[in-house]
Amino acid sequence: MVSDTARGVGHPQAAEAAAADPREPLLEVDHVTLRFGGVVALDEVSFTIHKGEILGLIGPNGAGKTTCFNAITGIYRPTQGEIRFRGVRITGKKRHHITRMGIARTFQNIRLFPEMTALENVQVGADAHHKTSVLSAMLRLPRHWREEREGREKAERLLEFVGIRDRMHDMARNLSYGEQRRLEIARALATDPQLLCLDEPAAGFTPAEKEELLQLIRRIRDLGVTVLLVEHDMKLVMGVTDRVVVLEFGKKIAEGPPAEVRQDPRVIAAYLGVPDDAA
Amino acid sequence: MTALVARIRAGREAIGVRWRQAPRWTRWTVIAAIIAFFYALPNKEFYQYLGPIPTTGSNFGQVLFTISIYVLLAVGLNIVVGYAGLLDLGYFGFFAVGAYTVAVLTSPASDLKTQWPWLMALPVALVVAMISGVLLGMPTLRLRGDYLAIVTLGFAEMIRLAATSSEFLKGQRGFNQIPHPPGRYADGRPVFGVLDPRPYYWLVLTLIILVLIAVRNLSNSRVGRAWVAIREDEDAAQLMGVPTFKFKLWAFAAGAVIGGLAGALFAGKQNFVNSQNFELLNSIIILAAVIFGGSGNLVGAIVGGGLVAYLIERFRGVELFGWELYEFRFMFFGAVLIIMMIFRPQGLIPNRRRAAEFADRRREVTVGQ
Amino acid sequence: MDINGLFSNFGELTTTGLTQGAIYALVALGYTLVYGVLRLINFAHSEVFITGAFFAVWTWQFVWGLNQDSTAGGLVAVAYLVSAMLVAAVASAVVASAVEVVAYRPLRKRNAPPLAFLITAIGASIVLSEAYAILTRRRPTGMPTLVSTEPLFHIGGVPISAADLLIVSAALVMMIVLDIFINRSRIGRGIRAVAQDANTAALMGINKDRIILLVFLTGGLMAGIAGVLFNVRIGVLTYSVGFLMGIKAFTAAVLGGIGNLRGALLGGLLLGVTENYASGLFGTNWKDFTAFAVLVVLLMFRPTGLLGESLRGVRA
Repeated sequence: MVSDTARGVGHPQAAEAAAADPREPLLEVDHVTLRFGGVVALDEVSFTIHKGEILGLIGPNGAGKTTCFNAITGIYRPTQGEIRFRGVRITGKKRHHITRMGIARTFQNIRLFPEMTALENVQVGADAHHKTSVLSAMLRLPRHWREEREGREKAERLLEFVGIRDRMHDMARNLSYGEQRRLEIARALATDPQLLCLDEPAAGFTPAEKEELLQLIRRIRDLGVTVLLVEHDMKLVMGVTDRVVVLEFGKKIAEGPPAEVRQDPRVIAAYLGVPDDAA
Repeated sequence: MTALVARIRAGREAIGVRWRQAPRWTRWTVIAAIIAFFYALPNKEFYQYLGPIPTTGSNFGQVLFTISIYVLLAVGLNIVVGYAGLLDLGYFGFFAVGAYTVAVLTSPASDLKTQWPWLMALPVALVVAMISGVLLGMPTLRLRGDYLAIVTLGFAEMIRLAATSSEFLKGQRGFNQIPHPPGRYADGRPVFGVLDPRPYYWLVLTLIILVLIAVRNLSNSRVGRAWVAIREDEDAAQLMGVPTFKFKLWAFAAGAVIGGLAGALFAGKQNFVNSQNFELLNSIIILAAVIFGGSGNLVGAIVGGGLVAYLIERFRGVELFGWELYEFRFMFFGAVLIIMMIFRPQGLIPNRRRAAEFADRRREVTVGQ
Repeated sequence: MDINGLFSNFGELTTTGLTQGAIYALVALGYTLVYGVLRLINFAHSEVFITGAFFAVWTWQFVWGLNQDSTAGGLVAVAYLVSAMLVAAVASAVVASAVEVVAYRPLRKRNAPPLAFLITAIGASIVLSEAYAILTRRRPTGMPTLVSTEPLFHIGGVPISAADLLIVSAALVMMIVLDIFINRSRIGRGIRAVAQDANTAALMGINKDRIILLVFLTGGLMAGIAGVLFNVRIGVLTYSVGFLMGIKAFTAAVLGGIGNLRGALLGGLLLGVTENYASGLFGTNWKDFTAFAVLVVLLMFRPTGLLGESLRGVRA
C-alpha cells in the first residue's frame, strides 16, 4: 500500500525505497568543518541519516543548523570533511546536480517563485528530471508534449497531496502563509527526492497547523522519502522524528531517539543558556 | 492626475481580462486582422487613410522596414533582458556580427573572394551570431547584474573598434555591393530590388511572425519556466534542479541569433555595411524600447520596439523652435529611461508579474529612508 | 606587432601613460567612491567629467575672452588655470549632485532593484552627453594654450613637459587631500561608516542622504579638476570624449579594486601605461581597444581587481 501511494504521486524510486532496509545509510555527514573567515560555523560534525527515517536537527540559535543544511544541499562548500549521498561524494558538486541526485529542500524564509502560479512552481520542480531540450520545446516535438502532460499531472497530484489543489492557478504570492509553506514542500517533492530537507517548516504556524504538518511529514515518510528536519518547536520534533541530532556552537553534542536526547544534561544546558559568569 | 492614471490602468487591465476570457476563435480573428493590417500597411492606397501617422519626411515603406528591424531586435533583447533577466548593454553587437558575416561572405569588396549569394550567407550569419553569443556568455554569465552589463558593453565596443581598425573588416570604407535576397517576379524583375522597400518589409514581417511563434513556444514550456525561475530567484531555481547556467546561455544564444538575423536582413537591403552602423547608442535605444514596452512581455517588446522606432523616424524633418527634433532623439530616450525607472519600471504594457513585484518592493522600504 | 616600436619609444610611452593615467585616476575616484558607498556603477560620471572640461573651456572663452590661438604664460596662465579649475570643480560637483537627487534618490526611496539604477544611470549619461553634443553642434572645441606641452627637460632621454608635471602633481595632491579627508576627518568617518553598513550608520545618527550627496559632490570635484587637466593635455574637446573617459576610468577603478581609493590611483596609472605600451606594439588605432579588452578580461576573471578583497566566500 505504501508503494501504491508512492507510485500514485509519481514516486517510483520511493516505492522501492520503502521496501528497502531502513538501517541503510542514505546521507553521511563525515567530519564536516565549515569556516567563514574567522568564524567556525561547523566543527567536525558527523552523523548519518538512514533510509526511511525522519531525523531532526536541533539546537539553540546560531548552533549551525541552517549552515549544515546549506552544506548538505550544496550552497556552502565545507572547509574540511565530506558529505556522501548513497555512497557518492556530493561535496563540491553543483547544486542542481545534487538536486537531481535526490536531495530536495525547503527554505526557512520561503523562497517560492512569487510571480508564478502554485501549479507552475511545482512544475519547475517536476522539470528537474525532464529531458526536453530547448530545441524540442521550440519545435513542439512529441517529448515536450509528453513531459508537459506528465509534469502537470504530477504537479496536480502533489498539490492534492499537500492539500492546496484548489489554489492551483493562484499566484504563489497570493497564497496564505500556511499554503505557501505547503507549496514549497510540494515543489520540493516534485523533484523526486529520496531525501527531503525541511528548514523550519513550522515557523509561524498555529498549533493546529503544526499538527497538520506533522501528519503531512508522516505521509511523506510513508511515500518512502527520508526526511531531515530542522526545527525549533520541541513538541513537533518529539512527535515526528525517529532520531535527533543536537548541535551547539557548530559541534554535535548529542544524538539519539528524541526521548533520550531530551533528558541529556548537555542538551538541557545548551537550551537553558548562558552560565552566570559570562553574562 | 493619479485618478486618470488609475483609470487608464484599470481600462488596460480590463482589456487584458476580456482578451483572456474571449473564446479561441475571437482571439484568432483579431490576431489575423492585426497581421493583415500590418501586411497592407506599406501600400499607399491603404495608408493614405491613416492621416498623420505615415511619415511625410521619408518613404513610408522604408520607415516600416526600419521599424520592423527594431521590433525584431526588441523581441530578441526581450529574451535576454526580459525573460532571463540579463542586462545586455551590447546587444547591438550581435546585429553587427550578422551584418558583417553577410558582408564578408557576399561582397566583392571582401578579402574572402567567396561572393556568395545572400541566401547562402544567411544561415552562416545566424550560426556565427549564435556562436558569438555563446562565446560571450560562457565566461560572463556567472557575473551578476551590473558587472554583466558592463562586460557586454565592453565586448560590443571591442567589436566595433576592431571593425574600425581592422583591415579585414574595412573600417569606415566598409563593404559595398552586398547582394539582395533572391527572387524574381514573373516578368524577370527582381523582387528585392533597389527602389521598392516593401518586399523587404514583408520579409522581415514574416520572419517576425515566425520568431514570435518560436518564442511563444519556448515561453510556454519548461524553458520559459526556467527563465522566469532564474529571473525571480536564481539560487532557489538551482536548488529545484534547474541548470541555470545552461538556460542563461540559451537565452543569450537565442537573443544573439535574432540579433544576427536582423543584421543579415539589414545588410541584404542596405547593400552597404561599415563601422559607422554599429554605434553603442543603438544598443541603448533597443534597451529603452524593451523597457518602455515592459521587459519580460512579448507584446510589450513589440509595441516598445515599434513605438521607439516610429518616434525616431517621425522626428525626422520635424522642427521645433528652429531645432531639428531628430537631433534630440537620443536625449529624448535617455530621459525616457530615467522617467520610466522612477514612475513605471514595469513599462507601458502591464505584465501582471512585474507590476506586483515592484509594488511589493515599494512596500519593503524600511523606516527612516 | 611592432616590438621595436615598443622598445624604442618605451620611455616616452611610459611618461605619456603615467600622465594619462593620472587623469584616469582622478576620474576613477568618482566611480570608486560611489560604488563603495552605494554599490552602484555611476554611469553618468563620465558626463560629470566632461562637464568640468566644457565649463573650463567656456570660462576661458567667455570670461577671459581667450580663443584657440591665444597663449599665455607665467602668473597670468596660473590665474586662468585656477579660475577654470574652480568653475569646473563647482560645475561638475553640481551636475553630480543633480544626478543623485533627480535620478538615484527617487529610486532609493522606492527601493528599486539594482538594475533599475543602472538603467537610470545610462539614461542620465545619455541626456547629459547629448546636451553637450547639441550645444557644441557635435563639433570639436578649441582652447587656448596655457601650459606648454613642449619638453621642459629630459630624464634619460625622455622628454617631460610642464603639462606633464602639472597633471601628475595636481592629481597626486588631490589624491592625498582626499585620502586625508576620508581617513582623518569626521565626515570621512561618516562616509566610511555608511559604506560599510548604511543602516547601522543611520542608527548612529548619521544622515545617510547627506553623506551620499557629499560622496557624489566629492567625486564630482575630482572629475571637474580632471577635466581641466584633460584640456591642458589634449587641447581640443569633443562631446564624445566623455564616454570613452568614463569607461577607461571605470576600468581603472576596477583594476585597482573598486571601492578602494588607493586602488583608483594604482589602477589609473597602470591602465594609462598599459594602453600606451599596447599602442606602441600594435599601433595607435588599437589603444582604445586595449582599454576595453582590459576591462572585459578583468571583469571576467578578476572583478575584485588588484587591491580588492576576494568576493568568494564558501560558495560551491
